[in-house]
Amino acid sequence: MESTTHHVVPTRNYVTIFLILMVLTATTVAVTFVDLGPLNLIIALAIAVTKATLVVLFFMHVKYSSALTKLFIISALIMCGILVLLTGADYISRNWLPQPEQWEANQ
Amino acid sequence: MSSATQIPPGALPEGAQQGHHEAHHPNLLHHFNSMEQQFEASHMGMWLFLLTEIMFFGGALGAYTIYRAMYPAAFEDTSRYMDIYLGTLNTAVLIGSSLTMALAVRAAQVGSRSGTVNMLIATIILGTAFLVVKGFEYHHKWVEHHVPGPNFIYEGPFARQAEMLFCFYFALTGLHAVHMVIGVVLLSWLLYKARQGAYSPAYYTPIEMSGLYWHFVDLVWIFLFPLLYLIGPNSLVVGGGH
Repeated sequence: MESTTHHVVPTRNYVTIFLILMVLTATTVAVTFVDLGPLNLIIALAIAVTKATLVVLFFMHVKYSSALTKLFIISALIMCGILVLLTGADYISRNWLPQPEQWEANQ
Repeated sequence: MSSATQIPPGALPEGAQQGHHEAHHPNLLHHFNSMEQQFEASHMGMWLFLLTEIMFFGGALGAYTIYRAMYPAAFEDTSRYMDIYLGTLNTAVLIGSSLTMALAVRAAQVGSRSGTVNMLIATIILGTAFLVVKGFEYHHKWVEHHVPGPNFIYEGPFARQAEMLFCFYFALTGLHAVHMVIGVVLLSWLLYKARQGAYSPAYYTPIEMSGLYWHFVDLVWIFLFPLLYLIGPNSLVVGGGH
């Protein structure tokens, strides 16, 4: 199992990642000032996911971590996905079936 | 570990031997075979904790998703009251603090005590700056009657629904801020120990683990920023936060 103990990342790499993150931040703010309708949200989330991936891989050393670490993270994201997906499905499917109005006494 | 405690005669069963053990790094706990294994275990444990945090914030963001889907117009309308410039500044400050934190871990890895100390100080300063800016924003919200509750006043359509966004704003950024405060306290403790020379290339686990925690807090903000500050298309007219 490869460990992070011995992997020293050069300072230059960290600074490069930081600069890329700054560029992405500036981009996401700039895009807000342009009305692209539903695309605004999609672009904002895409940029956020990219920034998050960079932080996880390089600042948190996951790129140099064991496969087990990567598996942990992916499984957490899947669990989160299930949470959001099924909760959303619950809400979206409300009022799909007719609601009973009132009781009627048996004759 | 290597203390010579006197055991009273008769306390040990017949034939028992008081064993010595091989010399090892003073920070190695006895239930681990090696420093390597101990580090891996700490690493795994920290990630496990971060996964629970992902579920924690994931649930909160899931709730946000539902309400934003239900009231898109109201949520978009609130973006004119978010100070996008302070939000961007805070994002830059926090990502900068992640950089200094990564550099602190690196300094410990190469055995630079001054580097570790300086980078930890830088991270603490940047983290505190973030919290100060947040404090200003909260104050603005209070003054403008945008804190949900009996004093909430909203100029715009769908006031009740907009109030939901402000509920999420304070809940999410509040939780995030609590995590930051905990992080700053942790880093202050690390700074104290680092100045005493407690860390070295052979043992810098606490710094690495705190680094993971700090980066995670940054990750949360990376998602909170667009979801709370950049909801609607903004105009260049600065109306937010003032």
